[in-house]
Amino acid sequence: MNGAQDLGGMMGFGPVVPEPVKPLFHANWEPRAFALTLAMGATGEWTIDMARFARESLPPPVYLTSSYYQIWLAGLERLLEERGLVTEEEIAAGRSLVDSRPVKRVLAADKVAETLARGGPTERDAATPARFKPGDRVRARTMNPTGHTRIPRYCRGHVGTVEAIHGVHVFPDTSAAGAGENPAWLYGVAFDGREIWGEDSAQGVSLRIDLWEPYLDPA
Amino acid sequence: MAHEHPHGHSHNHGDHDHGSHMDETDARVRALESVLVEKGYVDPAALDVLIETYETKVGPHNGARVVAKAWSDPEFRDWLREDATAAIHSLGYIGRQGEHMVAVENTPEEHNMVVCTLCSCYPWPVLGLPPVWYKSAPYRAKAVRDPRGVLADFGVTLPDRTRIRVWDSTAEIRYLVIPMRPAGTDGWSEEALARLVTRDSMIGTGLALVPGEAEGAAQ
Repeated sequence: MNGAQDLGGMMGFGPVVPEPVKPLFHANWEPRAFALTLAMGATGEWTIDMARFARESLPPPVYLTSSYYQIWLAGLERLLEERGLVTEEEIAAGRSLVDSRPVKRVLAADKVAETLARGGPTERDAATPARFKPGDRVRARTMNPTGHTRIPRYCRGHVGTVEAIHGVHVFPDTSAAGAGENPAWLYGVAFDGREIWGEDSAQGVSLRIDLWEPYLDPA
Repeated sequence: MAHEHPHGHSHNHGDHDHGSHMDETDARVRALESVLVEKGYVDPAALDVLIETYETKVGPHNGARVVAKAWSDPEFRDWLREDATAAIHSLGYIGRQGEHMVAVENTPEEHNMVVCTLCSCYPWPVLGLPPVWYKSAPYRAKAVRDPRGVLADFGVTLPDRTRIRVWDSTAEIRYLVIPMRPAGTDGWSEEALARLVTRDSMIGTGLALVPGEAEGAAQ
């Protein structure tokens, strides 16, 4: 969706403000919100793509004025409420008010290390040959889906060169919609800065974007 | 009682806001945790382990070891070029948000910078959790359009002839920048070299420290 999460190329936010490595968190609630998000993600009640869609579905004024852990928190609440796991009233009350179904899995403390080590690999076996090969010129499709997608607006309609084939990966657009993994070939595509930004780009800048086959046409 | 979502407030520099908004978010996170624990969805001990993992075990010191080894060991560097996931795994760094790794090497001709314009994708096993700026609008908006301007925000100037390549992490491939090895470090141990490798140098918003700079550098 063309939400506030799709930030590439926007102006007016001011300079980037560097920060040291420590402290890692900036408020007492942040590590708790972080850990709750990971622990609930491990229940298997939603995919990472569904979680991203929940976050980017925040209205743009809200998204742009929230800190990232606030965005995570709002996304988590949305996922929980959508699935009937927790109600708004329960969060307000701070206790369970209705019986809820059990989740598929609960992350136990002694399973955290192995669960993190396993991660969530997205590569799948190929069912079809790759349509493109390194060196091929491709055009990022002009498309504006209302659901989740991982093709940034700034590259849509522009021509780049396939540089890498990453294998076949879960397709986020359908995974986020609950319509299955539909694994598709994933490519590393290079775009010249001038192709994307025109004369307003500095010389000698290039962009490398990972794009799935359904986002690409031959150019 | 009414608990509004923590929205509509200004947090332009991440989480550095104070006062009642943060108290409100703090209360809401506590309430949510209580509900999730009471329903049996999360194990509170698992939350503690998750937080401790990223506060003490996983962080940019991991990536610094990878870079120092790449600087010292040509065979490892070749392996990193061919199969970064496996090479990095050989040092014990694996899993969530680093399932599919690619290492990109800086040279005098080309400098690499990594961003996620759409959310906050970041190579956790080697760098830990991302800094606030990495997840915030100024960086996500500017990196793809004006990478030299971003470098200036970090106090870094590159020669005009150095090309800049920006990697937008739109899929589940995670990128680790291998900064250039500083001059004057011939014969240094991997341990000593690792102390020159900053988090920002592995994102591409900074350079490795030069000998003498490492003292007192926050890692």
